[in-house]
This record gives sequence, structure tokens and C-alpha cells, in this order.
Amino acid sequence: MAYVAAGYLVTLGGLGAYAAWLTRRARQLTRERAR
Amino acid sequence: MTTTATSTSPARRVSSLLGWASLILVGATVGLGLVLPKTQEQAEYSRLIAVHPPAAWASYVAVGVAAVAAIGHLVTRRASWDRVTIASLEVGAVFTAITLATGSIWGRPTWGVWWEWDARLTTEALLLAVLLGAVALRRSLAPGRGRAVITSVAALATVGLLPVIHFSVLWWRSQHQVGTLLSPDPASNADNPYIVAMLLGFVAFSVLFAWLVVQRVRIEALEEAYDEVLLDRAITDRRAEARPASEVPV
Amino acid sequence: MWADAGLVAGKDLRIELRSRVALHQVLPFSFVVLVLFAFALDPDRDVLQRAAPGLFWVAVLLTSLLATQRSFAIEAADGNRDGLRMSGLDPAGLFLGKAGAVAAQLLLLEALLLFGVSVLYGIALRSFGLLALTCLLATLGLAAAGTVYGAMSFGLRVRETLLPLLVLPVLAPVLLAATRSFEAALGGAPRETFGWLGLLAAFAALYAVVGLFGFGPLLEES
Repeated sequence: MAYVAAGYLVTLGGLGAYAAWLTRRARQLTRERAR
Repeated sequence: MTTTATSTSPARRVSSLLGWASLILVGATVGLGLVLPKTQEQAEYSRLIAVHPPAAWASYVAVGVAAVAAIGHLVTRRASWDRVTIASLEVGAVFTAITLATGSIWGRPTWGVWWEWDARLTTEALLLAVLLGAVALRRSLAPGRGRAVITSVAALATVGLLPVIHFSVLWWRSQHQVGTLLSPDPASNADNPYIVAMLLGFVAFSVLFAWLVVQRVRIEALEEAYDEVLLDRAITDRRAEARPASEVPV
Repeated sequence: MWADAGLVAGKDLRIELRSRVALHQVLPFSFVVLVLFAFALDPDRDVLQRAAPGLFWVAVLLTSLLATQRSFAIEAADGNRDGLRMSGLDPAGLFLGKAGAVAAQLLLLEALLLFGVSVLYGIALRSFGLLALTCLLATLGLAAAGTVYGAMSFGLRVRETLLPLLVLPVLAPVLLAATRSFEAALGGAPRETFGWLGLLAAFAALYAVVGLFGFGPLLEES
């Protein structure tokens, strides 16, 4: 089960991290532009 | 060009719809994948079928979309196509990395090794290298029409690798499973929980891919607008520097 | 288009004839690579002989990288880029000319390198027709893809470091197909080469098409 869990964690973690990075970058840019 | 600030624009609504849809679909895929029954040969490891093939699928879709957008850009020279190209390439790199990671994790218990010099794995690793190369190329270029054209050609050159990856399983004597979906008669697929989970995964990751691309496109547009602001600011600053200090109003 | 291609290829080859960069720098480099492989794998004839086709093609791959870089280095100096852009030459012809010149140099280097492999690694060469055909198709692919990526990284300050990252993964299918084709030809199984030769031809055609259509936009924008 450890491998299965690892597989799902890597998938969700990877996608989640990328999505979070995108969201943060978008927010940052919107703020910068508003300035 | 700037569909960003207003919160109720149609673009925003599509984006949030895609976001929620992908969240629900990915959640359902994970839920279904984790409760799949054990199989004789692979114990519970076959549960990875809900994420691994769909991630690979999304990486193919990404390269395909990037190529179509690249052609669109070369034909129309519109900046929006260019943004879709780079967005798709970058999101594709993420999915390719996930494919490799999950493949490696799946390979460990079934083949006994983390990394097998297997055709699919190797070519998918090549795809990752090519995509990272294209993103690096993009980063090293100044914004503008030249960058857009170069990105487009890079995306087109990447598509050539897809058939090699896809048919590599047939060319080498590979340990990798040949696509299970196409081989047996389609009627039995509906009863097979693995196939159902995998198909749901395909749908979920496709929607997720679309959402990520929309987000990435938005960032690209914001960055381009921001670059212009920065450039204006830099020009104003340099002008101010060029004037002798005594003339600058204090 | 063909006339322009001839002009450009002739110019590049003339530059090579006068500067002898490929002959005096690139060729020795590829021999050094061959010798390094021999060091790395121990002078154990068995391993070397089994790996010889792969080693040969890795050496060719690195060589093609140098040849491509050289091919664009001569255009980067003295504002040649603007000259090319305003020369009124057909971009497709320009691409064919540059790729053709690279291919011609590579073919010569490969012939010499093949001789080197057979001497250094003790390989008995046979079925020359198939070896030559493999070399020809693989070289066309290497030159076409290399020229496309060379043009892409043309205007960059970081092109020396970026070009290998871009090109080597793309060229990997050529490495694979050419190696397998060589193995089959040297191993006395000529039939098995056909599939690989087809892959090499498809690869060359693909990047030739990308180059023929992409070179114009690349040149005018970068």
C-alpha cells in the first residue's frame, strides 16, 4: 500500500504544488500591476 | 488582452467552472482509484492505473495542444496563440514529470527496480527533457514577436517525438504494458473497474489540464503587461539619471 | 530555392575549406571521444565490440552538435545575421543550404570516424551499402534537426549552453535507430535494418518540413 499511497501523493502533491504556484504568481502579478 | 481584473467576466467564469470541475473529477478519480480491488498479479499496485496512464495522456494532450496553438500562432501571429503554446508546454512538463514519478513508483514493486531502461520510460524522460528545454529557451528570450515564433517552432519540433514515444512499446521488446484499452473487445471494458477508473482519470486530467492552461495563459498575459510597465518605469528612471543632478527637482 | 541552397551550402563549405575547423578541431574531438569510451569501458574488446555501434553514434551526435554550433557561429559574427535577413535569399533555400553543408561535413567525418571505430575497437565492417544508407539518412536527420534548433537559439546570448539541452534529447531517436540499424547490418541481419531506416527517413523528413516552413519566421523574427 505504501507504493500506491506514494504514487497518489506524488500526483496530487505535484499538481497541487504547481496549481498553488500558478495561483500565487497570478495574485502577485495582479497586485504589482495595481500598484 | 487584459481579461484579468474584472471578477465576473466570462473568461473568469469559465476558469472557475473548470477549476471546480477538475477538483471534483480528480477527487472522484482518486476516490475510485483507491478502492479498486486487488488483482492476482499486482496485489494493490494496479490502483495506480487511475493516475499513471491519465497523467501520461495529459502529457500527450499538452504537446498536441501546444503544436496546434503553435501553428495557430505562425499563421495568425496573434499573441493569444503564443500564450497557449507556452502554457501548454509548461503544464505538459508538469504532467510528464508526474508520469515519470508514478511510473517509477509503480515499477518498483512490479519490476523490482525504480528505473528500468524501458522504452516508454526512456522516451517519456526524453519528452520531459525536450519540454524543459523549450521552457528554458522561452525563459532566455526577451518578450516579443521573436520569442513567440521561436516558441512556436520549438513546440512543433516537440510533436515529432510523440509518435516515437507512443510506438516505442512496439519497437523495443518492452516490459511496459501495451495499451490495454484498445486490445480487448470494448464491451467488456464497461464491467472492468480498472478501465472505468482509468477513463475517469482521462477525463479528470484533461479538465485539470485545461484549467491549468487557462491559469498559465492568464499569468503570461499579466507578465507581458507587467513587463511593459517595468520597461516604461526603467526608461523613466534612466532618463532621470541622464539629467545632471542639479536639474532634477528635489 | 535550390539555387539559393546551393549558394549558401557552397559558401559554408568554402569557409570550411579555408578555415578547416571541422577537419582540424571537430574530427580530432570525435576521435578523443572514441578513445575516452575505450578508457571508460576498459580496453576489453568484448564490451567495446558489442557497444561499438552505440559508441560510434554517440560520438557522431556530439560531433553534429559541434558542427551545428560552428555553422551558426559563422553567421553570428560581424552582423552576418542582418546580412542574411536582407539578402533576399529564399529562407527555405537558406535552410537547405545550411543543413546541406552540415550534412556534407558530417558525412565526411562519419566516414573517417567509422574507419577509426573499426581500427580502435577492432570491428570488421561489412554490408557497406546498409551502413552508408544508415549514415546518409541519419545525417540528414541530424543536420535538419540541428539546423532548426541552431536557428532557434541563434540570437541568444546563452546559445552555447542551451543548444545541447535542446538538441540532444530531440536527436535521441536518431541515435537509437541508427545504432540498431548498424547493429543489424554488422550482425549480418540486413532485413532488420529496414524498419530503423524508415524511422530515420521519417525523422529527417519531419525536421526538414519544420525547417523549410519555420526557417523564414525564425530568421526574420529572432
